[in-house]
Parts: sequence; structure tokens; C-alpha cells
Amino acid sequence: MNVLMPSPRLVRAALPALSLAALLVAIWFVQPRAISYFGFNLMLNLAMPIAFATIAQLCVITVNDLDLSIGAFVSFVACVGATWLNATPLLGVAVLLGAVVVYALVGALIHLRNLPSIVVTLGMSFFWLGCSVLLLPSPGGSAPAWLAALVKVRTPLVPFAILVSAALALVVHVGLMRSAWGAILRGAGGNPVAVARAGWSLLRTKVTMFALAGFFGVLSGLSLVGLTTSADANIAIRYTLLSIAGVILGGGEFVGGRVSPVGAVLGAMTLTLAGSLLSFLRISPDWQIGAQGAILIVVLALRALVNRLERRR
Amino acid sequence: MRQSAFSRLADWSAERPWLWSFVGAGLIFLATIAFTSGKGGGDVLTAALTFATFYVIVGIGQMFVITTGPGNVDLSIPANIALVGAVAMKVMDGSNAMIVPGLAAVAAVGLAIGCFNFALIRILSIPPIIATLSASFLVQSTAIAYGRGLRIKPPPVFAELATGRVLGVPILAIIAILVAAAMALVLRRTVYGRSVLAIGQNARAAGLAGIRVARVRFATYVLSAVFASFCGALLAGFSGGASLNMGEEFLLASIAVVVIGGTSVAGGFSNVPGIWGASLFLYLLVTMLNTFGVGAGVRLILTGLIIIAVIALSGGRRPGRG
Repeated sequence: MNVLMPSPRLVRAALPALSLAALLVAIWFVQPRAISYFGFNLMLNLAMPIAFATIAQLCVITVNDLDLSIGAFVSFVACVGATWLNATPLLGVAVLLGAVVVYALVGALIHLRNLPSIVVTLGMSFFWLGCSVLLLPSPGGSAPAWLAALVKVRTPLVPFAILVSAALALVVHVGLMRSAWGAILRGAGGNPVAVARAGWSLLRTKVTMFALAGFFGVLSGLSLVGLTTSADANIAIRYTLLSIAGVILGGGEFVGGRVSPVGAVLGAMTLTLAGSLLSFLRISPDWQIGAQGAILIVVLALRALVNRLERRR
Repeated sequence: MRQSAFSRLADWSAERPWLWSFVGAGLIFLATIAFTSGKGGGDVLTAALTFATFYVIVGIGQMFVITTGPGNVDLSIPANIALVGAVAMKVMDGSNAMIVPGLAAVAAVGLAIGCFNFALIRILSIPPIIATLSASFLVQSTAIAYGRGLRIKPPPVFAELATGRVLGVPILAIIAILVAAAMALVLRRTVYGRSVLAIGQNARAAGLAGIRVARVRFATYVLSAVFASFCGALLAGFSGGASLNMGEEFLLASIAVVVIGGTSVAGGFSNVPGIWGASLFLYLLVTMLNTFGVGAGVRLILTGLIIIAVIALSGGRRPGRG
């Protein structure tokens, strides 16, 4: 290998940004006018809730679990946001706090009984869906005015959604990748036995990460209901798969606590923009999920290639 | 003497983890007919046998996949069912003569999805969850584009096969019992089945012992996809046509019946009878809650909580990621 070739590690880290850039170039090529403040505002409208949901999923994946209930949970939060939070704000806030506690308890249960997270969170997805159906049997409700105003704020130069996503990526990056606490939390996914031997409580790390997932899930649901102003029980069901795809797209390794918050947010944006590109290309929205799957596969294939080159070296 | 009888009973049931799913199903059935004071017990049982069939078919495929070790799970089942329902109805086109070509198409789609799943796992060397998830995105999109607005009824003979009864027992249930019996033999008595169990217990040891690990995994993913495909075709035949969301509930159901049936999520230990017990349990649970007259919301909440409770009580023996 020659010296000009960047290190595989760098290439891997740059992949999420490169795939987003490739997508942007493609959009610019097809529809140059979309690359503007107004265009980004429209296209990335829904990037905010998806980015929050992706970070929630990232927290769970960090400790070697998988959350298949995040979509149902975000829907539930949106339903609470469109009903109780508007009518009786105190009750609404209490319910959302309670929901975060439930998330933490699920983490504790998974750890204490050593349960498969897939099954437990699938069960929880039924639980949240049931709660949403009880709360909002048919689509409707209305988001609090302050919430709608907050998420639709028009910031100068750069659209609000991009600012929030960047801030989110930065905060989680510093917290998880650059702090001592973050190292322990990731270590609990990388080598649980070592972390436990070093005297840290694995129960506490798992509860922390699940509680954080619940917290970001709440932010996702609130930003979503602020944008849509009404909710229904199935509003965010696709977020479950989308969030997993976002984390993996962003360079998350799925086992061993190897995650990348910045990559995950970029991944969420890539998946959001994929839909816009399709509509610019006048391809039926039927293929939107398929395009997201194809992007995922292409990026994973590139990563596999980089890994293979690295091994050959 | 009492003591030893008890411990013998405990040993006996510990070797048969599937027992509990049947006990649970039986208790729920009794609770249901106690509520209706004995009325409609036969109907509930027939319906349970019919609906459990679909769970059993996808559950067996999923069980083989889960048995091959931690992290192995097939998430493409719902998309698979949606696509195959549309393909089966289009190829059969309501004509009895086209049933066999239709079923051949079903098998071909299942084979293709299974191969695609495994190709992703193998070539991209990514975890099966991500591979089958990405594959399911593509399959789901194909199903939406291909099956939109499809209103073709199944051929009469095929519909009769899916809804008919022999001596009061649904034909589907008879087929599923035979399939389950055959697959139990495959798991316990064939080289392939023993290899699946061995890989699940220790893939490295199995490989060193000469088992072609990749080949067995490949066969397992194809098996799961083909089973899901046939379930999709039968489901379309049963409900008088294909719909795009008819596979949705099978994501949870396929995994839940495997786990409730006493199969270890960490892999390497599984059993086929438990799939039947758990399928009956899941269906009867919903029936019971309906009979009690609870609304959709409460029913979903209780279904979720009961599944978690069952797993919390039964699972968690072996470490491993699931």
C-alpha cells in the first residue's frame, strides 16, 4: 500500500460523512435549487426526530442491546404531547418522566434476569402501542403551541434542524466518546467482565443507557409532534428500523460498544434525505424504504471493503 | 417418598421446556371457557388451531435460525410474507390450474430471499440482524410496488385448502402438525439438525469438529425464508387475498413463539413441540382478552407485559446476546 492511501481507520470514520456528501451532490445535480436554506428546511424537516431516535437507539446498542420498541415509544410520546401535555401540562410532564423511568426499569430487568433485549423490547413495543391506542384511539390531538413554535423556529443562515442535529451530535460525542463516564459506559458494551472487575456496576451502566435512550426518545416524540401538530398511535413505528439503520450507517459496530454519535446523526440525515432524492428523481415513494435499505447495504459493503484492505496490509 | 416424586417431576419437566407453554395455553383456555360458562369452547379451539398454524410455520423457521447462535435472527419475515402473498395471488390469478406454478413461485421467492440474506451476512460480514433488516427494507419496497392495490382472490381449491376442515379439524392444522413432526425429526435425527444445534452451542468447536458451519447457516436462513414464504401464501389463501401489512404481526410472533416455547435465545438448545404450545398460548391469550371484553389498547398492553413476564420467568439461564 502506498503512503498516499489514508488509513483504513480514517476511511471508516469518514464513510458516514462521505455518503451524506455523495447524496447531497446527487440532489444538487438533479435539483440545484434544493441546496438552499429553504430547500434544506423542507428536506430536513423530519431529520430532527429521526436523529433523536437514532441517538436513543445508539445508547442501547452501546451496551450490546437492541431496542425494538423505540418506534412505538416515540409514537407514545407524540400521543402524550398531543393530548395531556397540551391539556394538563403537569400531568403530561409527569407521564413523560414516568416513561423514562419505565425505560430504565426495562434496562434493569434485562440486566438482572439476563434476558434477550430483542424479545423484551418487542414486548415493550406492544405495551407502548397499547398505551398510545388508549390515549388516542383515532389520529388527532394537538401539540402545545409553544412546542410547535419551538421546532419551527427560523434560525438565521442555517436551518434549525441542522443546528439541533449538530448540537446533539456534539453533546453526545463529548459525553460518550470524550468523558471518563462515557468510556465506562462504552466499556460495559466492549468488555463487561473487565468493567465489572474494575469495580463498576454493570447494572448502573445499563440502567443509565436505557434511561438516556428513554430521554432521547422523549425528545424525538416531542419534536415530531411539534412538527406534525397532531399524533396517532402508529406515527413513528418506522423509527425502530430507521434508527437501527442510522446507527449502523453511522459506523456503529453493533457489538462491543463501538459506536459513533456523530456518524449516527449523519446516518439519520442520510436516510432522511434519501426520500427527497427519490422524489426529485420522480421515483415512486413506494421505493423509499428500499432506497434506505440499498444505501445501508452499499455503505456496509464499502466498510467491508475497507476492513478487507486493512487486513491485507 | 413425596419429596422424591416431586424432584422426579421437576427433573422430568426440566428436560421438557416446552411443557410450560402447553400448560399456559391450557390454563388460558380454561379461563376463557369458564368466563363463557362452557359455551363456544369447540369453536375457540378450532380457531386457535387454525391461527396457531401460521405462527407455527414461521416459528419453526425462526427457531432454526435462532438455534444457530447468539445474534442470529431473521427480521425479514414480515416483508417476506407481504411480498409472497402478492406474488402467490398474482401468479395463481384465481385459477385452480395455476396453484402449482404459484406455489413454485412462492418457493422461488423464499429461496431468493434466503440466499440474499445469507449473501449479505457472508459477503459483508455483518451481524444477521442488520443483514436481514437491510434485506427486509428492499423486500418490503418490492412488495409495496408490486402488490399495491392488488385485489385478486385466491383460487377456490387453494382457499378451500386454507380454510377447510376434515372431521372438524382445520386442514392447515393437520399440515402444520405433520410439518412440525417432520422438522422435529430433522432437528434431532439428521446430520443437518445436529449440526445446527452444535453450531449454536459452540460454532468454533463445531467448525473444528468438521461441520461446514457456513453451509449449515446458509441452509438455515434459506429454510426460514422458505417457511415464511409458504406461511405468506397460506395466509393470503386464508384471508381471501393478499394485503401489504399482513406480515407485520409476525415479527414479534415468530420470535415470541420460539422463546415462549422454551428455546434458548442464546442458541444451541431448541425444541419443536414448544412452538406449537407457544403458538396456541399466544392466540388463546388474545382470544381470552377479547372474550373478557377489554379494548384494543388494554389487550396490546397485556399481551406485551405477559410476553415479558413469561420470558423473565423462564429465560435468563445462559449468558448471551439476543
